[in-house]
Amino acid sequence: MAPPRNRRPGFSRRAQYGLFLGYVGAVGGMLIGVALLLLSTFNPPAFAAVRGFFSEITTPVASGLTWVRTSVAGVPGGVSSYWNVRGENARLKKQMADDALLVDRARTLNQENRHLREMLKLRDVSTDAVAVARLVASSIGSTRRYATLNAGGWQGVKSGQPVRQPDGLIGQVVETSPNTARVLLIVDSESIVPVRRTRDGLPGIATGRGDGLLDIRSASVATMIFQPGDSFVTSGTGGIFPPNIPVARVIRTARDIAVAAPSANPDALDFALVQQTFLPEPTPTPSASPSAKPAAQKK
Amino acid sequence: MTDYIPLGRSEKIPRSVWLAPLSVVLGSMTVLLPIIATVPFLPPFGLMMLLGWRLVRGDAMKVWMPVPLGFVDDMLSGQPLGSAMVLWTLAILMVDVLDTRLVWRDFWQDWLIASAAIGLVLIGGRLLATPFSAHVDTALLLQIVVSAALFPVIARFCAWLDRDKKRQ
Repeated sequence: MAPPRNRRPGFSRRAQYGLFLGYVGAVGGMLIGVALLLLSTFNPPAFAAVRGFFSEITTPVASGLTWVRTSVAGVPGGVSSYWNVRGENARLKKQMADDALLVDRARTLNQENRHLREMLKLRDVSTDAVAVARLVASSIGSTRRYATLNAGGWQGVKSGQPVRQPDGLIGQVVETSPNTARVLLIVDSESIVPVRRTRDGLPGIATGRGDGLLDIRSASVATMIFQPGDSFVTSGTGGIFPPNIPVARVIRTARDIAVAAPSANPDALDFALVQQTFLPEPTPTPSASPSAKPAAQKK
Repeated sequence: MTDYIPLGRSEKIPRSVWLAPLSVVLGSMTVLLPIIATVPFLPPFGLMMLLGWRLVRGDAMKVWMPVPLGFVDDMLSGQPLGSAMVLWTLAILMVDVLDTRLVWRDFWQDWLIASAAIGLVLIGGRLLATPFSAHVDTALLLQIVVSAALFPVIARFCAWLDRDKKRQ
């Protein structure tokens, strides 16, 4: 291949200065990039607003592509269910009759449970659903693990809220814009989830490894305690994740760390549920200064 | 078309002036594919388009163009803001320096240069974005290999997008 055109643009001063200023621009832009990089390293949510603006534009595209994917993936299931529908109808009718007895017993138990809880004055912490939406895109090319949720501030999603699927915890909202939210998945290498073992309540900490698995460390002083097959749920410590959401199951153990596979698959064609943070942020304590008191009483 | 432009008549602007930046942005937008991945596997198509244009047609874009294009890529890719702005510009400046050293070269050398640039940008991005202890290196290596293997396709694609220049 012939060499590219001579880089000297000739005797024209204007062309020479243009070329030189191009390089000045490149190096200057790179320095701006370094400054932005330092800012976003030490203060990750610094550019949430700009990122939100871009994600407002691009998320409709991702949502459209998700719709195409779900429609295409639903075709085989739709065809087979069309053929099986008669047999399934008969089976379900039979099952309903069988279950009627169980439902009655469960209702009685439920009522009894409610009475007992009232007697014990137990307060049910509400873990209400904030929004139900789909995860429409993720950082496929990056080593960080973020996903984009198709619901945002206008749907009530706030930064910090946990995101789950029926079969387990997915992650936590880190940034919101009006219609989209950015979710840090639990498999990201900077995600930390307080967990406990279902068998005996042993407290632990689940951190992402970055390769789709989780590291589980014991929060107490003990060694050689994990066994393959141990399953972990959120413990509610820290007040962000509500307790008893499945998180992971141990697949192999290293010395004092266990490697676990997450319970939920965020790529499943399923909706994600955004929940309230387990314990709300503490209300600001009333200040002792007299000037603040009348304002508080007015409210 | 004749070799000279008659006085008073403007040269027809080649398509690459707007198509090159647009194709790089569209390359960056491939991360909008509806897949919730647990490991990085998608080649950095934005960067590959940028390198493709740079190596196929050196004057398609100004030398400062990686800065705004990298900004758009950072907004979409999930990397910390600034990482593509810095690394893409470094990659293009590296190609500029190599242009003065390796003057007569074949596509093999271009491929090697592009693979090195992709590898350096991806490794740099990993070091900037993820803590050193994270277990992402195997996936990253695979991503680099796949990207390097795909580069000839991208280079041919850039040349195809640029075909109106050849016809003149």
